[in-house]
Amino acid sequence: MLRLLSVILVFIGSQASAASVAPEVLEAEAKRVRVIERVSRSTIAIFDSRGQGGGSGVIISSDGYALTNFHVTAPCGPAMRCGMNDGRLYDAVLVGLDPPGDVALIKLLGRNDFPAAELGDSDVVQVGDRVLVAGNPFLLAEDFRPTVTYGILSGTHRYQYPAGTLLEYADCLQTDAAINPGNSGGPLFNAAGKLIGINGRGSFEKRGRVNVGVGYAISINQIKLFLSHLKAGRVVDHATLGATVTTLDDGRVAVDDLLEESDAYRRGLRYGDYLTSFAGRNITTANALKNVLGIYPAGWTVPIEFVRDGDVMAANVRLASLHGQGELESLIEAQANKPVPIQPPGPKDGEDEPQPKIPNIRDLAAGARVPELPEEVNKVYQARAGFANYYFNDLHQQRLAEKCPGWRAFSADQRLEISGVDSRGHEVAIESTEQMGSFRSVRGQFFANFSDPNVPNDGPPGSGGLMAAIREWQTLLSRGLEGFDEAHYMGQLPFGLGQSRHDCLVTIRNGLPTYFYFNRQTCHVAGLEHFTADDRDPCTVRFSNFQPWDSAELPLMWVVRFGENAYAEFTVDHYQQVPLEESVDE
Amino acid sequence: MNRLQIVVAPTVAIVASALAPICGAQVALVGRSFADVNQYAQQRSVKIYGAGGLRQLEAYQSGVLVSADGHVATMASVVLDQDWVIVHLSDSRRLRGEVVGVDPLLDIAVVKLDGEDAEFPYYDLQHQSMPYESMQLLAFCNLYNVATGDEPVSVLHGVLTAVAPLEARRGSFSTRYRDEVYIVDASINNPGAAGGIVVDLSGQPIGMIGKEVRSQLSGAWLNYALPWDRVAEGVDRIISGRLGASIDSTTDLPERSATFASLGIRLVPNVVPRTPPYIDSVLPDSPAETAMLEPDDLVIAVGDMRTGTHNDVEQALLRTPIDEPVRITLLRGNRLVDVELMPIVEGSQ
Repeated sequence: MLRLLSVILVFIGSQASAASVAPEVLEAEAKRVRVIERVSRSTIAIFDSRGQGGGSGVIISSDGYALTNFHVTAPCGPAMRCGMNDGRLYDAVLVGLDPPGDVALIKLLGRNDFPAAELGDSDVVQVGDRVLVAGNPFLLAEDFRPTVTYGILSGTHRYQYPAGTLLEYADCLQTDAAINPGNSGGPLFNAAGKLIGINGRGSFEKRGRVNVGVGYAISINQIKLFLSHLKAGRVVDHATLGATVTTLDDGRVAVDDLLEESDAYRRGLRYGDYLTSFAGRNITTANALKNVLGIYPAGWTVPIEFVRDGDVMAANVRLASLHGQGELESLIEAQANKPVPIQPPGPKDGEDEPQPKIPNIRDLAAGARVPELPEEVNKVYQARAGFANYYFNDLHQQRLAEKCPGWRAFSADQRLEISGVDSRGHEVAIESTEQMGSFRSVRGQFFANFSDPNVPNDGPPGSGGLMAAIREWQTLLSRGLEGFDEAHYMGQLPFGLGQSRHDCLVTIRNGLPTYFYFNRQTCHVAGLEHFTADDRDPCTVRFSNFQPWDSAELPLMWVVRFGENAYAEFTVDHYQQVPLEESVDE
Repeated sequence: MNRLQIVVAPTVAIVASALAPICGAQVALVGRSFADVNQYAQQRSVKIYGAGGLRQLEAYQSGVLVSADGHVATMASVVLDQDWVIVHLSDSRRLRGEVVGVDPLLDIAVVKLDGEDAEFPYYDLQHQSMPYESMQLLAFCNLYNVATGDEPVSVLHGVLTAVAPLEARRGSFSTRYRDEVYIVDASINNPGAAGGIVVDLSGQPIGMIGKEVRSQLSGAWLNYALPWDRVAEGVDRIISGRLGASIDSTTDLPERSATFASLGIRLVPNVVPRTPPYIDSVLPDSPAETAMLEPDDLVIAVGDMRTGTHNDVEQALLRTPIDEPVRITLLRGNRLVDVELMPIVEGSQ
């Protein structure tokens, strides 16, 4: 196709000299040549380390992060080799996986000036837009120079059912640009050369594994929502509302099933309610909900609107994981024993060799398939159950620890005392250590004892566990991540009044998780959510008005909520640490 | 968005169409935005659901509205076997449609939508298109049933690569239609695409996407469209009733009905549920021989009753009195032939 295009270009060139061509046409031609040149630079050919299977990918940052399909990287294990337009081959390491969405993030190694594609906005594209596909169909390019095909968008917001239990393409783009085996994981560009999707699937069922004019790309806007989670080195899950809906004959969409332990239920959604809006999109069919739900990672909070008895109600709902704990891993394992819907391209000349199977993700994590990683890859790879590459998670934990202005503000062996006043001028006093806590306000004084991990600490009543939440915060800012049984960086999630995206760090102690939200610019701990049970709202604390305190910065404004209810809101006028010995002496 | 609109003199148009790929952000259209053309075509495109769904026979296909009363033109196929279908419109309406008839020459079918007093947007069957090789085209169809409900059907782009007679086969049989079709380079030869429309860049109809066929020469799947004027011809034949209406099973049967023997024809053995009613042999000295019927003639209609299958012919004859002339419409090659036979009543000789 590249050759064919150049033939066309030569033809146009000769036309240009023969007859006078309108300058606009020449300009458009020159622009197209520039765009193709640019997109070719950021498109990569991906091979597994044994040089067998493979696919395509696209570089999205100069430090080497690149996107491709999960089903392309699956046979590779944590290491792969990537060929670029300049004919050079680079080592790359697996970073993050989104198996249900068929997306993988990898990182090319060895340079800091990789030519990155510019991310576009896939929500503004329209049917009929000219698009370009670049990649390595049938592994044609020996010199890694991508094949470029063009077409139009044939459809937008398409929903393609999961192949088996994985690889659901929600809200995807459909194009008639030729997409063949080997194009998997490669980029879909708009006419300006901006990345709008990752190609990964075609309607191949009837005519064998060649292009039939129907290819699907995962929208780049979906991937943007997942990107920070992928960069966290995680195996990321998709989300569920905890409710299912059905399209009624009158065109309304009604809730026909609902989990009582879901956040949607706690936010007031009930059986029979009419869902009208989800994450800002109008919901007119059950499929429309499936489409928009499919673009969010688990843990995301989205606004919904629903109608009951003619009243419109609105709520922010936290989406739960689509798969249960360990379920994603076993589904991937099951997938490994099934034929892959779009397999990595087979050998050339139609030889019918068996395709490589997707390996068990646990094997990936346990490093069973990686007896010999290239040295460069080995330095940036760390196996851990539930993660694609824990090395990158660790990087983000360190980043937050280094940048957070409140980090190590407190000492672990001291009692934290906080005093302030609420909005009505009533006094608020907090005392907290690793072993005990107290909270005094106009509602009275409450105590918590943390010495027995089996006694739940959800006091003060109505707060959802404020004293425990304060203790987690104090531990984070005194002992860091070592103070918890487990900790990992989650990625970015919406939090706070404006639901802006924050870096989210999850800690676990005695089985109870706390989500810490860091402001992306200042890295302040802007708030936290402490869970005391799986099916219960967390105690949410939002911090603001950070002021210097010793060598750190601490918040003067606290807002405490539990579910729909504001529990407390106060301004701190005093932070103080008292040595524990002193407090004993008192 | 940078939408390039090329308005040029015809001599330059060919250069422009060679250039148009990827030079604008969207398909370059003469005087109309793509969004307009898309909307126009989507409003007139329908998704048809009916029988099928077994062994690689899809239960869905495409169609286009061709009258304000709700006539939908599509391709004849097993999807229409039950004589009624469910039709999804772009405005999310789902209507029941009766199969009005099938034109055996072109394999075109017409479905009439139930829609009391409704006025539907439609493509003008009288539109005269002047397609030429290398012209740019758009195809609208629901290939692979990608779109459901009110979702817009898929749009593909391409170029008219040749105007040529159809030399194709379905399975191992040659297609009946052998006249000119438009060969295009868009992948429109796909499951569910048949009955979709190919339009020029201003949105006017050029042709209808035909059934999935392979080239007789190479075995390659052919991307082609039936010329719009032939579609119009076929639709007209169906709506005018020349090809007969479906058999009304509630009518009273005559005292004595016509039989194959009384006409002097044998059909090919009725081996499958939908055996096509081809004449196998003509008996000597029979009314059929007198009327010069030939083996391989396909019985299209008996009287005003449409006969798609061997069984249909049997049912039609049952409803035909033996003592009156019988009008039979036959398809011979790609011509329609009307004959009138006077059955011979046994014992009257």
